[in-house]
Amino acid sequence: MSNPLNISPSPHIHGKESTEKLMYGVVLALMPALFASIYFFGTGAIIVTATSVISCISFEYLIQRFILRKPLSINDGSAIVTGLLLALNLPSNIPVPVIIIGSLVAIGVAKMTFGGLGNNPFNPALAGRVFMLISFPVQMTSWPVPSGFKTGYIDAVTGATPLSIIKEGIKNGESLSQLMEKVPSTANMIFGNMGGSIGEVSALALIIGMIYMLYQKIITWHIPVSIIGSIAVFTALLWLINPESNADPMFHILAGGVLLGAIFMATDYVTSPMSPVAMLIYGCGIGILTVIIRVWGAYPEGVSFAILIMNAFVPLMNTYIKPKRFGEEVKNG
Amino acid sequence: MLKTFPLGGIHPPEFKLTSGSPIKQLPLPQTVAIMVSQHIGAPASLLVNKGDSVKTGQLIASINGFVSSNIHSSVSGNISKIDTIIDTTGYRQTAVFIDVAGDEWVDTIDRSSELVRDINLKPEEITEKCRESGIVGLGGATFPSHVKLTVPTGKKCNLLIINGVECEPYLTSDHRLMLEKGEEILVGISILMKALGVEQAMIGIENNKSDAIAHLTRLSSDYKGITVYPLAVKYPQGAEKQLIKALINREVPSGRLPLDVGAVVHNVGTAYAVYEAVQKNKPLFERVVTITGKSVTNPGNYLVRTGTAVRHLIEAAGGMPDDTGKIVNGGPMMGKALNNTEVPVVKGTSGIILFPSNESIRPELKPCIRCAKCISACALNLEPYLLANLSARGLFERAEIEKITDCMECGSCSYTCPANRPLLDYIRLGKSTVIKMARQRNIK
Repeated sequence: MSNPLNISPSPHIHGKESTEKLMYGVVLALMPALFASIYFFGTGAIIVTATSVISCISFEYLIQRFILRKPLSINDGSAIVTGLLLALNLPSNIPVPVIIIGSLVAIGVAKMTFGGLGNNPFNPALAGRVFMLISFPVQMTSWPVPSGFKTGYIDAVTGATPLSIIKEGIKNGESLSQLMEKVPSTANMIFGNMGGSIGEVSALALIIGMIYMLYQKIITWHIPVSIIGSIAVFTALLWLINPESNADPMFHILAGGVLLGAIFMATDYVTSPMSPVAMLIYGCGIGILTVIIRVWGAYPEGVSFAILIMNAFVPLMNTYIKPKRFGEEVKNG
Repeated sequence: MLKTFPLGGIHPPEFKLTSGSPIKQLPLPQTVAIMVSQHIGAPASLLVNKGDSVKTGQLIASINGFVSSNIHSSVSGNISKIDTIIDTTGYRQTAVFIDVAGDEWVDTIDRSSELVRDINLKPEEITEKCRESGIVGLGGATFPSHVKLTVPTGKKCNLLIINGVECEPYLTSDHRLMLEKGEEILVGISILMKALGVEQAMIGIENNKSDAIAHLTRLSSDYKGITVYPLAVKYPQGAEKQLIKALINREVPSGRLPLDVGAVVHNVGTAYAVYEAVQKNKPLFERVVTITGKSVTNPGNYLVRTGTAVRHLIEAAGGMPDDTGKIVNGGPMMGKALNNTEVPVVKGTSGIILFPSNESIRPELKPCIRCAKCISACALNLEPYLLANLSARGLFERAEIEKITDCMECGSCSYTCPANRPLLDYIRLGKSTVIKMARQRNIK
């Protein structure tokens, strides 16, 4: 016999899925949003994205190589996903050093300290973003007005996001109908012609990404639908109760990071629950917390905080919310 | 919409290379090694000694308890020794070694190929005949058939389900049998229906065998109460509980038997063996085995006597390809890897697959990314990642609460895992430990 026979337990065949394929699938799904961000914010979007991706990969490499001395896993694509997601959550005029610090927190603190891919309780990109938001509140909340490559980078003209227009306006006693005239039209919000993080502005690009991921079975519908659905229901209730101080559900879904969060951030495998029922509860929790922060909180936007808070509940949900087993209830007598 | 089971399942590539190859008789080998344990339950007790001469079809080891089975000689000749041999499980087990001389059958066996349709035996006599003839489930589990035909008092069977699913990739032995022995299978089903006292039988066949569906549908119009149901292709539909769910939409409760929902499931191969036993008086000593693999020169389906070394099948298929890295007994999802080619064919051998070396090595292990694909693949809605983790950490009590013993080891979780985690390896470890723990509890 030419070869020794391999002995291993069944199954003897393996499917085509791999961690790399899933991660690069997410990267591909993010491409429409990335192109939209370059279209609207020009040079700034390119600088922010490149810095973030390169520093995330570099930190993962350095930490694995010199601190953990573990086999390298930078090819698995997870650091690229973190880098991309972090970039898409930033304004296009954020200074490079701030991005590097954010990447270090995302990869170094939120991911590698817990043991690397698969072990982190909190979404690394969001942990990085929230760290930046708290540490550099000014830089993190000055939003360039989108005007393509004319936007510029550090010298960009800044303005308010739709959510902050509403938040500030209501605080100053303006009525909602006056404020709604100041915010971008629904069409502009769908295409992404408004102030905001580079990746969150174009609803259309994000939805294309979602359709791709659903089609490729990278994600299931449970988390995005429950987040968007619960936000729609909650804000519709508030809007019906008092339309003069609460924006309509359509506005809440299109403005800010709801779609980016629901489609790409909350669906992160590692930090979301395992069973479909738990996914729905997790999604509704994110939706409700987002609205609470937006309407009654100090910040105009609450998606990042909502996802991180619900991340903390994931181990609990995985322990106590079980799928209904086959044949669990004695049916038919 | 074709029927199927709703939860989980996977779609591995089929590679049914031999579905067009008619069943051929494998030439008799010079020696055979007939295992005394070819079934689930107690090994049979030996009735013969070294030096005895036996005929084809002669009883050589007898049933030992209720859940056990008779073993018959598959050849005529002299017993050269009674010794142990490594079987499909990798362990040494007792076998009767026979030097083949001619092929002289026991006279009571009707060797004509003429179809016998009239069933003359009474229900109890049918069950007894199956017991005598050493009939076991030929789908792979090899559970003694007479046990399944004995409905315990208090239980009622009102439906016979015939498993023609053959959901494992590569294997085609049931498919060929349905095409070539359709009438015999239908008579066999009628016999089983009579033994169980049921009016209705459903044959479930996956839609990738449309010729077999058409053939049996056409033939079944002559047989009362038998209907063929095409099923959407999905693994593991051949699992008893999944097949019942697909056909009659009832869930067999955890830890219970199909009889608890009023059904009994038999394989098409078993139905054929029952036909031969009851109508032709022929005990079970040969079966159809698929020999296949991507590099195999002449893959095919052979009628093989039990005790024949796997080597002979490989030779018949054109020899072992140079790139062979693994030999699997059974299907690629649930079969067992063999460490040598002298392993004898037993009643449960449905196929031998030769895998090229590049497909024989497991892909590199990576960390679990908690993608939950194992949960969506599990046909029982268990949480394979959790069961594997609990087993790996020795937390067997919790694994038991999480229903680890429900696992039927279909392998869908390991197949699906993008990080190539050996989920089923750990689950097997946990499952066997939990079963041992439960047994010890019962003794106390």
